[in-house]
Amino acid sequence: MKNRPTTMWKLLALAAVLAVAATISSSAGVAAREQSVTLVWWHNVTQGPGVKLYKDIASEFQKKYPNVTIKAVPLQNEQFKTKIPIALQSDSPPDVFQSWGGGGLVDQQKAGKVANVTKYVAPWIKSIGGSAAGWQVSGKQYATPYSVGVVGFWYNKQLFRQAGIPSAPTTWPQFLAAISKLKDAGVAPIAIGSKDEWPDAFYWDYLAVKLCSKRVMQQSAVTYNFRDACWLKTGKVLQQLLDLEPFQDGFLATPAQQGASSSAGLLANGKAAMELQGHWNPGVMQSLTPANKVPSFLGWFPFPDVPGGKGIKGSLLGGGDGYACSWNAPQPACAQFLGYIDSLSVQRRIGSTGFGLPVRKGSESSVKDPNLRTVLKFRSSSPFIQLYLDQAYSAAIGQALNGAIAKQFAGKATPAQVVQEIAKAAKKK
Amino acid sequence: VTSLDGTTAGRAKAQPAVVRLRRKWLEIGLFLAPAVALYVIFLIVPVVQAVRYSTYAWNGLGDLSDYVGFGNYREAFGDPAFRQAMGHNGILVALSLVFQLPLALGAALLLNRPLRGRSLLRLLFFTPYVLSEAITAVIFLQILQPDGLADEFLRSIGLGDLVQLWLADPDLVFYTLFVVITWKYIGFAIILFLAGLQGIPRELHDAAAMDGASSWTNLRYVTLPLLGPTIRIWAFLAIIGSIQLFDIVWIMTLGGPAGASSTMATYMVDQGVNSYRIGYATSVAVILFGICFVFSILYQIFVLRRDVAGGTARMAG
Repeated sequence: MKNRPTTMWKLLALAAVLAVAATISSSAGVAAREQSVTLVWWHNVTQGPGVKLYKDIASEFQKKYPNVTIKAVPLQNEQFKTKIPIALQSDSPPDVFQSWGGGGLVDQQKAGKVANVTKYVAPWIKSIGGSAAGWQVSGKQYATPYSVGVVGFWYNKQLFRQAGIPSAPTTWPQFLAAISKLKDAGVAPIAIGSKDEWPDAFYWDYLAVKLCSKRVMQQSAVTYNFRDACWLKTGKVLQQLLDLEPFQDGFLATPAQQGASSSAGLLANGKAAMELQGHWNPGVMQSLTPANKVPSFLGWFPFPDVPGGKGIKGSLLGGGDGYACSWNAPQPACAQFLGYIDSLSVQRRIGSTGFGLPVRKGSESSVKDPNLRTVLKFRSSSPFIQLYLDQAYSAAIGQALNGAIAKQFAGKATPAQVVQEIAKAAKKK
Repeated sequence: VTSLDGTTAGRAKAQPAVVRLRRKWLEIGLFLAPAVALYVIFLIVPVVQAVRYSTYAWNGLGDLSDYVGFGNYREAFGDPAFRQAMGHNGILVALSLVFQLPLALGAALLLNRPLRGRSLLRLLFFTPYVLSEAITAVIFLQILQPDGLADEFLRSIGLGDLVQLWLADPDLVFYTLFVVITWKYIGFAIILFLAGLQGIPRELHDAAAMDGASSWTNLRYVTLPLLGPTIRIWAFLAIIGSIQLFDIVWIMTLGGPAGASSTMATYMVDQGVNSYRIGYATSVAVILFGICFVFSILYQIFVLRRDVAGGTARMAG
């Protein structure tokens, strides 16, 4: 008891000395003259190559800006959906948090929960090219992407060869012909995870990208007007595919990514010839093979063009990951952090570790996997990348669209009914 | 004499009696306060809040500003997808009562007889109930996948023609789920009925036998009436459970394909968590709450009232 005050005094004295020392040392740096701040960083990287990368990013950034402390909070991806809105309602939301752009970001911006970072990112935003558009609201930057991929067909080159298909189909009629050939060869042409609904939507979305003009696509996420004839045609062209019954048995109950009997597992284990999926698919497939390796037969080709479609040739469907700053995040620290994640050094590592497809110009060569390089090549040369519609639209409308498309896949809705359902959802609040 | 004594005694005791009464209420108040506070904070307040949220169009972000009155409720009852989900819950209630009751009763009667390996059998029947819903769902996902255990088993015994797309056929999936649910919960019904059967005094069976009652008559006029309270409690739990069903469905099918296995609860989560229509989903939650609440009260009044003396009804309520 007696020496307790003494210990306390010693501690206080020590703290005072440290504080003075800190002030002296920090006055040396320019950035550090600013107030010391903490950035709470909510991200969804809980496994894989990103874990080490993120640790490095945080410690490097703190070294570069000694006044900033990064507090990283990894969360399961699925938890984000429920945790973000609740956290944004509170007085102390996370400063930096995962953002997929599109309609979700618009909703957050309308509610005043995300910070406009336009002026902070202006010096470098051009270096990530057209990718930035998906994270803008009315031309202002509210978040920035660090990895953007596109959806395409992952396919089994061996099975294609065995079925007598010399090269990957580039047009819709060629694609339908390839499916018939694969069926004749006794192979399930396409694996699809319809249980999750969003894999169904990839087909409808992509056909819309090919059939509708760029203007109609972009306007649809603002006005939610689906009267253009191309929307109905989308469902009708899709029906041509569905009528061929190209999917594996029981596809309506197949999950996209869980287990060897998922659609990714079927492709990985040679039980189906192709799957329309995002750039993440090799990583998913790897974990579903007995040898834990990306199969050597794997190839990639973009979604075929549809003759007579109004979409610009080479238009793609895609999406990605980015970060937003919440409304009360310390600035410019938060925007500086976004900038650091998009810096060439970090972007190159995002590519080289296989963590994502980097967005910064000059980082392309860091991607080593030949298939991902193909994906990157098509992405970089694409005149227009449409964000996945369920992400581009407000969540309620996007989900209603996915649900309606899933009904068409189950044979419970006509192309016209899909358009009606989404128009109906757009009218709701 | 007594009245005279009573008045004087009463007057003498009047003051302490009031004090004692006040003290008694103070004690009750003190002891109840923590429980009441918890009840109010974690039950009453959220229910009131939910009712409030349900009258707004709200995406979970921003302020409650878009008041729509009963609009959400009108939309829910007008939405074919919600009506379909409600229908599924209704079918599930009916199926549970029609199939699970005789099944569980039969098994309980069998297991109540002196039988070799009876304890082992009881254990086997009860085991599924101990598994969590999530584990049950994952196990059956494996069993029921195309060319899975169920299909292979049918083929191996020469019934390959019966193989179905158990979870992918929109016309079949709900009944597949019902079988899984029955497998999961039947053990609980059996244990409940066994306990009830053991509460029936042997003498009644003996007396009935003496009077020349056949075993069927014995069952019909002795066993069943005396098992009544237990059956009524089980039915109550089964109906409420059917109305609130969520976990198994969500893990196995997400309510699909195309809503073919949806329930009110999966519809609610889909609207709230996936579509961010928090206000609307809350109105669905309030509807679900209302259905359970009204049903519970009516069941108490009309069905369980006669059992109240036994005390079981109060426990379940």
